[in-house]
Amino acid sequence: MNVRKIDITALSAKHTAADSKRKLSRRRWAEVRLRAYGILAIAFAMAALAVLLWTITVKTLTVMDEYYLSLDVELDLSEAEIKPIIDDNPRTNADLSAQIKAAIKGAARSELSRRKLRPLNDLLAGYEGYALSEIVSNDPELIGGSYHFEALLSDDAQMYLKGEFGSLRDAGTSGEITLTQGEGHVIIDVPIDTFSTARKLMQNDRAAEARRFRRQANDQARAFDETEVKIAKLSEGAEKEKQSKLLEGFRAARDQANAKADQALDQATDPQATFKLRADDPSVFVRVNKGWIKITEMAPERLVGQVVDAPQTLGTAGRGNWSALVFAAPEAERQLKDRQILWLENFKRQGRLVIHTNWRLLTAPDSREAEYAGIWTALVGSFWTMIVTFCLAFPIGVMASIYLEEFAPKNKLTNFIEVNINNLAAVPSIVFGLLGLTILLSGVKLFGFELFGGALKVFTDDPRSTPLAGGVVLALMSLPTIIIAARASIRAVPPSIRDAALALGASKLQTSTHHVLPLAMPGILTGSIIAMAQALGETAPLIIIGMNSFVQEPPADPLEPASVLPSLIYLWNNNPERLFDGKTAAAISVLLVFLILMNALAVLLRKRFERRW
Amino acid sequence: MDAGGLMQTSAKISANNVNVYYGETQAIKQVSVDIEPNSVTAFIGPSGCGKSTFLRCLNRMNDTIDICRIEGEILMDGKDIYHRDVDPVQLRARVGMVFQKPNPFPKSIFDNVAYGPRIHGLAANKAELDSIVEQSLRRAALWEEAKDRLDEPGTGLSGGQQQRLCIARAIATAPEVLLMDEPCSALDPIATAQIEELIDELRQTYAVVIVTHSMQQAARVSQKTAFFHLGLLLEYDETTTIFTNPSHEKTQHYITGRFG
Repeated sequence: MNVRKIDITALSAKHTAADSKRKLSRRRWAEVRLRAYGILAIAFAMAALAVLLWTITVKTLTVMDEYYLSLDVELDLSEAEIKPIIDDNPRTNADLSAQIKAAIKGAARSELSRRKLRPLNDLLAGYEGYALSEIVSNDPELIGGSYHFEALLSDDAQMYLKGEFGSLRDAGTSGEITLTQGEGHVIIDVPIDTFSTARKLMQNDRAAEARRFRRQANDQARAFDETEVKIAKLSEGAEKEKQSKLLEGFRAARDQANAKADQALDQATDPQATFKLRADDPSVFVRVNKGWIKITEMAPERLVGQVVDAPQTLGTAGRGNWSALVFAAPEAERQLKDRQILWLENFKRQGRLVIHTNWRLLTAPDSREAEYAGIWTALVGSFWTMIVTFCLAFPIGVMASIYLEEFAPKNKLTNFIEVNINNLAAVPSIVFGLLGLTILLSGVKLFGFELFGGALKVFTDDPRSTPLAGGVVLALMSLPTIIIAARASIRAVPPSIRDAALALGASKLQTSTHHVLPLAMPGILTGSIIAMAQALGETAPLIIIGMNSFVQEPPADPLEPASVLPSLIYLWNNNPERLFDGKTAAAISVLLVFLILMNALAVLLRKRFERRW
Repeated sequence: MDAGGLMQTSAKISANNVNVYYGETQAIKQVSVDIEPNSVTAFIGPSGCGKSTFLRCLNRMNDTIDICRIEGEILMDGKDIYHRDVDPVQLRARVGMVFQKPNPFPKSIFDNVAYGPRIHGLAANKAELDSIVEQSLRRAALWEEAKDRLDEPGTGLSGGQQQRLCIARAIATAPEVLLMDEPCSALDPIATAQIEELIDELRQTYAVVIVTHSMQQAARVSQKTAFFHLGLLLEYDETTTIFTNPSHEKTQHYITGRFG
């Protein structure tokens, strides 16, 4: 054998050799790097979580309060209105919105025609007439008198008051202004530079407009050039004629856009420019002598405006007696028009706006109107669904695990079952929804024959959207999780305990029920709670079986149609109303609170009953 | 004695030509042994020689191992314990077992001892059960230490106490034979001495079979000793004979510590 002999004892010198130190420091560096990566990864995860919670919390906070308008409603009711209110049936009520409309008209001190009052009435939420009639129905003594009613504001009004559309900015007051009545308008003479904030806003706007038109003009010019080249290559004929027409079109559009751009640029750069305010410009108001004037034209020293609410007097107003207000978002882009905003501002100054905590969110059923929508129905639906899920998944899961761990022979069949249970845990939840739809609700057809018309039809004619159907589907979905957790904790019970019981003459069943199961129970419960938490947040399979429908009545039992919290969130999120944004976040917060509570319970169980062998 | 008159000897348990297989591997080869009543029989031998396996055959604990297969016959009071009619649950009530590592249930001391009587319905009422528990604890020499803390968990006792609790638990089922699988290997010398003393007392009532790695222990507590080697029973005789005048060379080597 030709093996070089190494003297191992001589190797000891290597530990103290010169390059050993370098190797050592390299090794240490690798360790430091690894630790840094780990910290970075955790920091990233924590930051992501923080951002998520932050966004949801901030959005939730926007709907924590509700705004009401306090009105003195005269309850002069007609016979036709009184009858349904005072009868024994609490469900029949009259619509008392006429009385509310009269009250709000009084509060607005407006002499407008009925048609023009529509925007004023739109400031209130849609069903306040019924809300008032319910109050009256509980206390018929109120009829004939004057009642101090707090009417819920519409979603747009609430969003405005919360500052979601931007706010009416006070651009300040300086110097003395003089108001004179013109023909159909008011002329306001102001010291130069008084409206510099508004003018600056307008200049920026016009500059942006100029850039926009210039871009358009350039596009048209490019099209013009290309068409010109094309025409040069064409021979006489119909095609050439058509292209020539196009060419003229491009030329006209180009010149028009250029002219507009020039005009806008002129205004943007000329310090003496007179701005005519359009609907897509910011709104500028002057508040003077308890009146509102909306500015339509803005020269450096002279403004022209329309009276919205008439000032008590015209004439000269000194410094501090008037103010300029600017709303940066243009009226054309707002749900809430200038007139409505000014009404709200008036109400605010009258002290008529009242803020209450939004308990409605938790206690109200779902509604199409964002102001009225609450999660109560969905909470009840989720409750029933979870009850069904737990009652099915827990016993079946525990029994299956006990059988597989303690009784089943170890052979190919049980191996196959084991592998497939683990596979089931990885099946996308929507597949369980489809399974539920075909087996539980629709029934199975085989070669054109209907085998059965849906398993759950045994319990109710229409099992769609019921917590029963949802619960069964979620139970199927959470079974693998429960079985895996239960088997792990059963396996964690040391064999010595089984030996001890068996050696005393306990049967296998006694060993399992008296010793193994009680010892494994904390672990099984922990796993089950986590599976339940997962099921609580599950949406996809429930949408498949129709639990995303609009349900108002909270279900009294698992056989009534219901909605669940996550599908309510899904529904709300699809609504265009801005207020639903906040309500969606609030519903998510509630769901998160439940999930955190459940997980905390699981952790608590684990900590409390954890056993080290 | 058995009315069928099968028994020629006074043996409590009599094993004849027992073979035990784990899958393809044969763990016990042609072992025949007679366990005498009211005596202590020690099984000694190097690790992996099959003494524990054989011990577990005596109360059919090997049934719980799927791949384990047993041939030959083991008679208890003249009846084959592997016969179809014999329920291992009932057999294990008659043949108690104490394991190497103390394994009390994570329940109270009382419940530990009372578990056997409860599942077998040995006590008609609470008073009887109390009496059984007390007697068992007394016989396991644990009563004085445990009588004031019967409600405390058995897992809170010291190692030696736990092992005595396990012995008490085994006794409470009123067995006829007590199998002990290295009952002292996890204990300190003082606890070991107490258990050994206890074993000597238990001999008055039960046939005790003990597996041990300690030659001294075998010599101290047993009346008969069986020496296992590679699944074979090489020698089975009076303990004094084995330790003073073994007939087999391997036994000689083992007890003098030359291998194993």
